Amino acid sequence: MVVKVISANQAVSNAVKLAKPQVIPVYPITPQTSISEYLAKFVADGELDAEFIRVESEHSAISAAIGASGTGVRVFTATASQGLALMHEILFAAAGLRNPIVMANANRSLAAPLSIWNDHQDSISQRDTGWMQIYAENGQEALDSILRSYKISENSDILLPSMVCLDGFILTHTVEPVDIPSQELVDNFLTEYKAHESYLDPQDPRSLGTFTDPNYYMEARYQIQVAMEKSRKVIEKVNQEFKEIFGREYGFIEEYHCDDAEIILVAMGSLCSTIKDVVDELRSRGEKVGLLKLISFRPFPKKEIANAVKDADKIAVLDKNISFGMGGAVYTEIKANIDVEAYGFILGLGGRDITPVHIEDIVNKTKNPTQDITWIGLKEEI
Amino acid sequence: MDSIGGTVKEPGSTRKNKTGSWRTFRPVLDLEKCIDCDNCILFCPEGCINKDYDIDFDYCKGCGICEVECPVKAIKMERE
Repeated sequence: MVVKVISANQAVSNAVKLAKPQVIPVYPITPQTSISEYLAKFVADGELDAEFIRVESEHSAISAAIGASGTGVRVFTATASQGLALMHEILFAAAGLRNPIVMANANRSLAAPLSIWNDHQDSISQRDTGWMQIYAENGQEALDSILRSYKISENSDILLPSMVCLDGFILTHTVEPVDIPSQELVDNFLTEYKAHESYLDPQDPRSLGTFTDPNYYMEARYQIQVAMEKSRKVIEKVNQEFKEIFGREYGFIEEYHCDDAEIILVAMGSLCSTIKDVVDELRSRGEKVGLLKLISFRPFPKKEIANAVKDADKIAVLDKNISFGMGGAVYTEIKANIDVEAYGFILGLGGRDITPVHIEDIVNKTKNPTQDITWIGLKEEI
Repeated sequence: MDSIGGTVKEPGSTRKNKTGSWRTFRPVLDLEKCIDCDNCILFCPEGCINKDYDIDFDYCKGCGICEVECPVKAIKMERE
């Protein structure tokens, strides 16, 4: 075990080095760029034996990732924002072809207006592509999530790609202590990659990515849903194994003072660290407030959320994304699945700061609600 | 299900992909009028008519080219 003070992008890069993918097609984009730089350096220095493909776009990056995965090797790529949007078409193909690709997404807003700063609109907009999505709160979680994702994605019952989402700049460019596990431990957890089913083998020829008529398409799509449902058990098992080997515990959600909480805030990513501070502060003043951190957005852990909020009076769902004409994605999914009095809050779009004052404001607005969905931190004068 | 991700594990899957269901009109051949010119065989874009003038309705999509090309009007397209 080596604890280093590094950024989440460095943490991700170190996780990738430990996972030893054989092909890495990446196109640099802010705030992901340093991931591609660190990985290029690892490869150039001989620390990582991989084919680093300098592709001409994100569309090519994910296409090359599919091609490489189709030869039966472990693959990694990374992107952000507009790059993820450009991948959109091929993200469906990666899931449909059942390629267990792992990708890091440095969460950044989408144009227009053009912005390089953080929100979750880019990855939330890809929720229906068939990729699993994990949201990291800090650099350690980003590193651990890459390792966990490979293990989950490559399970022969799953074979679906995974996206590890880390908040742009807030995590990607902020340094903090991160435990980088030894290669030996990682090798124990993540054994050598063995491709299943959807890859080309000259000894056992098959066709991938063929045209299908209406007799076959629906079954192939149904299989993705089945795999996504099966992944719940696999994720639990992988988390247990991860805990045994590395000593760190993960679930679909993390409950922070939820047990006796009257109001529970629900959020994803780095924002949860701010909320934990506010929960501590409010609890010191006798207010029964808790945080439910959503780690796995796909598959969506409705059972775990329902269980965590069952004794709460109300919940506040904080979304760094918006489905226009409806509301934040996490809010609307919770409203659709869980019987609880819930209020939605849209905040932090395009890097708008979220301070403890905003979080307290949300708690107060949840106590005395005036509307279902409230935008937090908006400037009234514009 | 024996295939994941639409993977095709053996050649010849096109044979299982019957396209005859697309047909709205079916060609009906009157062998009494037929003069064995083979125009229908040559012009059929799907190769659905064999040397004995049997029509393969698994794949015939009912395009009607055979009806147009028949010089003695021995083929009539009839609604399915």
